[in-house]
Amino acid sequence: MFDQSVCETCPAHNVNNLVKLGIDMKDFDYVIALCGNPNTGKSTVFNALTGLKQHTGNWPGKTVTRAEGGFKYGNKKYKIVDLPGTYSLLSTSVDEEIARDFILFGQPDVTVVVADSTRLERNLNLVLQVLEITDRAVLCLNLIDEAERHNIKIDSRNLSKELGIPVVPTAARQKLGIPELLQAIDEVATGKYVCRPYRTTSEFRNVSHAVNELQKMLSKEFPNLPNTRWIALRLLEGDQKIIDALKNGELQNLTQLSSKEGKNEWINK
Amino acid sequence: MNGLINNSKELILATANKIRWEIGENLHDVITEAIYKDAEKIASKVITKNQSKRKLDWDTRIDKLVTSRIFGLPIMMLLLAIVFYITIVGANYPSDLISDVLIGKIYPWLKLVALKFSVPHWISGMFIDGAYLAMAWVVSVMLPPMAIFFPLFTLLEDFGYLPRVAFNLDGIYKKIGAHGKQALTMSMGFGCNAAGVIATRIIDSPRERLIAIITNNFSLCNGRWPTQILIATIFIGGAVPAYLAGIVSAAAVVFVALLGVIFSFVVSWGLSKTILKGEASTFSLELPPYRPPRILQTLYTSLIDRTIFVLWRAVVFAFPAGIVIWLVANVKFSGISIAEYFIDWVNPFAFLFGLNGVILLAYIIAIPANEIVIPTILMLTVLITKLHGLGAGAGVMFETSSISDTALILNAGGWTLLTGINLMLFSLLHNPCSTTIYTIYKETKSVKWAVISTILPIILGFTVTFFVTQIWRLINQ
Repeated sequence: MFDQSVCETCPAHNVNNLVKLGIDMKDFDYVIALCGNPNTGKSTVFNALTGLKQHTGNWPGKTVTRAEGGFKYGNKKYKIVDLPGTYSLLSTSVDEEIARDFILFGQPDVTVVVADSTRLERNLNLVLQVLEITDRAVLCLNLIDEAERHNIKIDSRNLSKELGIPVVPTAARQKLGIPELLQAIDEVATGKYVCRPYRTTSEFRNVSHAVNELQKMLSKEFPNLPNTRWIALRLLEGDQKIIDALKNGELQNLTQLSSKEGKNEWINK
Repeated sequence: MNGLINNSKELILATANKIRWEIGENLHDVITEAIYKDAEKIASKVITKNQSKRKLDWDTRIDKLVTSRIFGLPIMMLLLAIVFYITIVGANYPSDLISDVLIGKIYPWLKLVALKFSVPHWISGMFIDGAYLAMAWVVSVMLPPMAIFFPLFTLLEDFGYLPRVAFNLDGIYKKIGAHGKQALTMSMGFGCNAAGVIATRIIDSPRERLIAIITNNFSLCNGRWPTQILIATIFIGGAVPAYLAGIVSAAAVVFVALLGVIFSFVVSWGLSKTILKGEASTFSLELPPYRPPRILQTLYTSLIDRTIFVLWRAVVFAFPAGIVIWLVANVKFSGISIAEYFIDWVNPFAFLFGLNGVILLAYIIAIPANEIVIPTILMLTVLITKLHGLGAGAGVMFETSSISDTALILNAGGWTLLTGINLMLFSLLHNPCSTTIYTIYKETKSVKWAVISTILPIILGFTVTFFVTQIWRLINQ
């Protein structure tokens, strides 16, 4: 007998199941956030997934507010949110705040980070910051064709092991690697792939004790709060936005967002 | 219970504050550094570079050239000049062709049909002589230059050149107390000022954002490029020997566009020193790698996104404007039309600025869209000069409308090289279109700033044309 389940995990099988929904998204099973440095082809990936024609430009800040679209893969409906291109999530420009708030408070099921393969080192800064906030992420190594032309080779399997998340090389302009990307998104969303995200450790030498202490207090106060470590660090930095979120109860909501209604409410507001 | 929760929240904050004092203030830097270090570590594990990295060097080499202190700006001007030259030289033929069909063939046929069904004079006047002709004008005069200019401009953008322009200008913006990102919103304004104003959202500081909003109008927008190109072709190109015409008129358009950039510097500087005082904030702009432009996709997106969009907008505005023009030209009191009253009345005033009443009336009618200024000017000129050979009566446009015929009409309307120059300057420096004004209001939520953004360019426009005119007349006495 032929084993059907093998077929289903093969990207070639599933790409036929991709139905581009454009912006016609009534309800959805999973929410995906798309982030990345400017000029990594993020919008091209977005268009390849949703079939939308979003005009893209070669400068930061072009996607001023977030764009949304959707697609159906297998029999699940995905809503995908294209966040503004940013180099980091640390400082406080509007772009970075939109991206950070969505990943933190929107609690997407999967955060896809699009990286420029020819400038991987710089792009990894953002990847690591995303992994500080969320557990469920996929790295899309875009422009892999350009990297090849520049004689840059990236060991994506090893990178995946290092980061603890799926890493998919793509050339979105040529639609290469999109089926594999879809499969990785699906696996992380459905929990077939359990991420073990890389966490920065080097900064802990001096402050690990302090962070631990705060983390304990936070988990006691907000029992189901994810990313206590990240929030503890932001509090130590004196991040006003997070301090406010703690005061006005927005952090509290984070613990309730695991329910789908709560999440929809936040995302649609 | 509630009080308890608040207390424990405050306890958390207090603890955080206490620890922050103990570990010092530089935690942010420590974390950033740690992330950078880790990224470097991971990258070194997974990336292998072949040492014959010649292609990467190409990027750096081009960058060194186009962002060089000495060559950066001249290269920018040269590239713009080439784009305009191709546009100006290339637009003539399709323009003639389209107007032959729309105005030479379809227009007489429409009139014939109207006559046959004995449609009342004022209805056929309003819709055929007014609305249809205005739309036909917009299409035949504007479509060819747009269809050439926008794809070329988009190719430059796609190739990765425009961020380099921003890079070249960044230093200047910092010096004048504005935000470096303003170079980007200004570039966006070259497409559409309303879009440029919205794009200023990428600037965080409200002060610098206001400066960017108010000065965005100095970027020539889609609607004004065709005006500049047409007038430069007729008056500047017409004033030099034929073999130089293309280059000289292209240079004139580049000059006006650069003048706009200079005005945006000067006004930004003025604002940041007076009513919008403050320090300039910094940002980091990463130059994207050069990419081979996708020619076909660029053609597609620039045709759909820009050319068709702008054309459609122009046609939509031309329809009612055509009717208004016909009405002001044909509603008469004691044998003289409203337009003639107005034009005669403002002519002495316009003379001071080397313009004429027709131009001022056209700018009033064309507030909804810069695109219809030229068609309106031509219609009104025909009306005033009563060019019977060319027109089919007062307030009706003429039969053919190639660029040479346009020149004929404007010359008959008493236009000189000075009028052409002043129109180009005034087209650069006047109020933004109504869409942009409304967008400014929506973005700033302030009537005051919307009014300032509207009035300031007009004052500048009149000041500049006044001085140009007076100096010109002194020299040519």
